[in-house]
Parts: sequence; C-alpha cells; structure tokens
Amino acid sequence: MKFGIVVFPGSWSQQDFHHVIVNVLKEDACYLWHKEADLNGADCVILPGGFAHGDYLRTGAIARFSPVMREVARFADKGGLVLGSCNGFQILTEAGLLPGALLRNDCLHYRCRWVHLRVESGHTPFSSAMQRGQVVRMPISHGEGRYYIDQAGWRRLVENDQIVFRYCDEKGALTEEANPNGSLDHVAGVCNERRNVLGLMPHPERAAEPILGSEDGRLIFASILHTLARA
Amino acid sequence: MLTAKIYVTLKPGVLDAQGDTVKSALETLGFKGIEDVRIGKFLVVRLDGDAREQARARVEEMCRRLLANPVIEDYSFEVEEAGG
Repeated sequence: MKFGIVVFPGSWSQQDFHHVIVNVLKEDACYLWHKEADLNGADCVILPGGFAHGDYLRTGAIARFSPVMREVARFADKGGLVLGSCNGFQILTEAGLLPGALLRNDCLHYRCRWVHLRVESGHTPFSSAMQRGQVVRMPISHGEGRYYIDQAGWRRLVENDQIVFRYCDEKGALTEEANPNGSLDHVAGVCNERRNVLGLMPHPERAAEPILGSEDGRLIFASILHTLARA
Repeated sequence: MLTAKIYVTLKPGVLDAQGDTVKSALETLGFKGIEDVRIGKFLVVRLDGDAREQARARVEEMCRRLLANPVIEDYSFEVEEAGG
C-alpha cells in the first residue's frame, strides 16, 4: 500500500511517518509537496505535524489553501482515507474536512509528553484494530490542542459516534489531570461523519517501535492497512 | 486609498485562556473591578481605490474565507479613508 505524506513549509513529522511506513511496516510512502496538485496514486493520505506556514493567523489557516488540499478534499470526497496528526488535525478542521477547531491549550504551555488515550470507537478505518474502552499510549507535542465545538456540534459527534479517542489516565478514567490541554469532553481525536477522515492531536508515528517506549501507534497503521487490504 | 480595520474576537462562550491569564495578572497588579479580559486580533488592510461599498464587500469576503474561523471567532470591521 502507498501512503502519501503531505509536506507544507514548516511540517516536521513527515520523516517520522515515512520511517515508520517504509522501515517498520515495509509499505510504500511518498512525499507530496504542498504545491502539487496530484496525490501520486496514494491509497491513504497523511497530514503530519509541524507548523505549516508558521501557523500564522491560526494553526492550519494558510495551509488549507495550498493546492494539494484541493486534491485531498476531492480524495476524501470519494471516500479516500485521510489521517491528520497534530498540525494535520488542525489543518483538517480549518479545511472543514473535520468538525470543530483547536484552540490554545488551557494551561497556555506547550505540552510535550506521553498521554493515555481511551479508544471510544473501533468503528473507523483507523481504529478497527482496537477495542472500544482499550487504553493506548502515545506522545503529544503541541501548544494549541484544545478541541472545541459548540453544543449542537458536540451532540452530533456523540450521536454519530465520531469521537474516536479521549484523553484518560492509565486506567481509562477521564480525570481532569489526564486532559493535557483542556479539550472539550477530553476529545483527542475525531472522525468525519463518513468515517474516512480522522484527526488526532497525539503522534502515532512516534509510538510505533519498542525502542521509543510504545508500539500502540502501530494499531492505527494496522487498522488502515487492514481496511485498504479489504477494499 | 482606503484602510480596513478588522477586529477578530473569540466568540462569547469560547474559553479564552490568554485573556483569563491577563486578567489575573492585572488583578495581581492591584487593578480591581475587572469583569473579564478577552484577547483578539486587530488587522489593518490597506486597499487601493476609493469605492467604499466595493471595499466593504471585499473585506467581508476576506474575513469569511480566511481572517476569521466561524467555528470559534466573530469579526467586525470598519473601512475608512487612509490617513497619512
């Protein structure tokens, strides 16, 4: 399977994704420069973390207008799998491909640490290798990860089972201390209504090898590969 | 030449962590009676031409498409003659 990794000026996680896909998972990956208007035959598109266009104005606000994003939107519209992590999540919300927005962490600090996530839905192409209620461990690294959506939007997310990951403690409890950024309802990752676009603040690509302290991130890649193999 | 002064603010009800921190800093300095502090953005855009209505329409579109995110922000603006 071929993963297309979008690179904006200021992206920084693209090489980590590339490494995991090619060296760990033994699959194909290519970089897609943000000015390209072609996804190069990718089976799954990844928007990595970083500070695209310096995060000027708002995180992801400028990046969403890059030529490649028109193709990403078209790809998602046809049902293609799109995964955004960290800055990639912020870009997907700005582009309207995912609901909600990401605001300055409530503590105002840049938070770089390991977090526990509770899987809230295994019914997505990105989480099918996980069970609802399962606790996984991945790192976060962001200053603007506080998920926000208005009441009506939040109700739609819950009704449609679109909340995929929530910040929790190691036992899966939604304690206040376990929420690193003040996200509404502990939301760490959401999918779109059609379930083919996922955004999450944590970094699965930095938790895909034992030497890094966790392999839980691989479950997301395994879910994607399983979904693509069945298609 | 016209100047558009654009204000982008967080919607009421959206927690403004920066604003809250500034509020407590002001209180630490002894300022009393502060109900609330909200931090927003102020943009100055200089436009060619003198047609105000046209300029207003252009600025409106700028705000809608890029300058404000309707999920979390409100905007307002005024268009005036560019001062020296």
